[in-house]
Amino acid sequence: MTQAPEPSLTTNRTRLPQGLVMLGNILSVLARTPTSLFGLVVIALLVVMAAFAPLIATHDPYIQNLANTLQPPSMAHLFGTDELGRDIFSRLVHGARITLTIIALVSIVVGPIGLLFGTVAGYFGGKIDTVLMRITDIFLSFPSLILSLAFVAALGPSLNNAIIAIALTSWPPIARLARAETLTFRSADYVSAARLQGASSARIIWTSIVPMCLPSVIIRLTLNMATVILTAAGLGFLGLGAQPPLPEWGAMIATGRRYMIDSWWLVTFPGLAILAVSLAFNLLGDGLRDALDPKQMNRR
Amino acid sequence: MKSISIKQLSVSFGAVTVLHDVDLEIAAGECFGLVGESGSGKSTVLRCASLLNATWSGKIEIDGKDIRTMSIQERCRTMQMVFQDPYGSLHPRHSIRSALELGLIVNKVDDRETKMAQAMRDVGLPVEFLDRYPHQLSGGQRQRVAIARALVLEPHLLLLDEPTSALDVSVQAEVLNLLVRLREEKGLTYLMVSHDLAVVDHMCGRFAIMQHGRIAEVLPREAILDGSARDPYARELIAASIEYERAI
Repeated sequence: MTQAPEPSLTTNRTRLPQGLVMLGNILSVLARTPTSLFGLVVIALLVVMAAFAPLIATHDPYIQNLANTLQPPSMAHLFGTDELGRDIFSRLVHGARITLTIIALVSIVVGPIGLLFGTVAGYFGGKIDTVLMRITDIFLSFPSLILSLAFVAALGPSLNNAIIAIALTSWPPIARLARAETLTFRSADYVSAARLQGASSARIIWTSIVPMCLPSVIIRLTLNMATVILTAAGLGFLGLGAQPPLPEWGAMIATGRRYMIDSWWLVTFPGLAILAVSLAFNLLGDGLRDALDPKQMNRR
Repeated sequence: MKSISIKQLSVSFGAVTVLHDVDLEIAAGECFGLVGESGSGKSTVLRCASLLNATWSGKIEIDGKDIRTMSIQERCRTMQMVFQDPYGSLHPRHSIRSALELGLIVNKVDDRETKMAQAMRDVGLPVEFLDRYPHQLSGGQRQRVAIARALVLEPHLLLLDEPTSALDVSVQAEVLNLLVRLREEKGLTYLMVSHDLAVVDHMCGRFAIMQHGRIAEVLPREAILDGSARDPYARELIAASIEYERAI
């Protein structure tokens, strides 16, 4: 028996758990391109800021000091103070928590729903596909900000309702993507083999199809996060998202707008924060597209 | 050992009829070949027999039992299939262990570790390979894994869809010899699709030549060399194949 030569390079690395090796590969690919490295660093900073907000913030974000309003940036107040004398830097740091909460909750809701709709529609095809895809079409046919506005207006303005509204409007693209991916995998021989082994449709979708769709869904979710941040900020700006005195970045811009001419720092710093974070998620998503490429993944 | 009989099998996709009343009788323990040019419906017969394609008319019986009346579990444990392309038939993100284990879990088979180890030994692979991933194996090794996956459920009937055509010539012989040995050891019945008459000559006692979704002629192995085929298409195919062999 002439066994083909072993791929000897991989033998000692197979000891590591599969997931860790994959994560290491992805990170090393991301770190190699400057743009995605920038994204990674900004997001890491955001997470650290959110996690240690009380330690990093120099002041309490809610304490007002009417004797000290609209102060320009100085050593005492790094980014100045707002119209109620609150420290803007501290509010930005605490606002990172709100932003992260929104992103995390939206992604947790949107990813599984989109995957479920897309894989089920793609795998079964026929009538199930038609019904599920027409439902997604209905959601897709509205501009997402308008639909979110309508939902928030109906449910009442609050941060939680904003999250629900954003989630409701951002799952259809994921479902479409997952369906398209599923269509390419469902006639693969390994799916046929699993069927012949007696696996149920649910098991095949979960064990064979979802792992294949996951990379592109993760990329799409990451690219989506920038939109989510902007929509959340937009809703906050319109007064339909986070309510005062919560230090949400969009709401901060909305209140700072009135003083914009004399006190530029009120809108500039929250604006820069939104810009940096949404740009970072976009760049990270682009980098992930390269890193999650199957050719890169198999280079263990 | 189980026999399989296919009666009046017809398949249409929309207006196109792919198979016209195909009748085949394969005895228990036999290796039966299906030969024909591309698009003649060879693989479709296998996909119907395995119910991967369930929209057909006619009757397929295994040991006199209609496969449509079998439970999924019974069918899986009676009949398994080996696919043509070992690069496409193993899930790229599943280890060999999870590929083999799936059928055992689904069919609630106990003592999975020993069964999987036995299947790996049967196909001549080290048991440690269970923890590998398909991309860490060569084409021949992958096809062995695909055979092990089919064998782990201890079926009586194996449907082989051009099991060697995606492999290198030297590896082809290995896999064919493995299949011959497994059939002798386990008393399996094979229904093998191939477009290579040399492979059929090596493996099969009898074979059928298909053309345009019909069985042109059922012939014994000897007919390849002694020219006893009657059907004009069958004669032409055999002659072309022998000429090709000589040219090489």
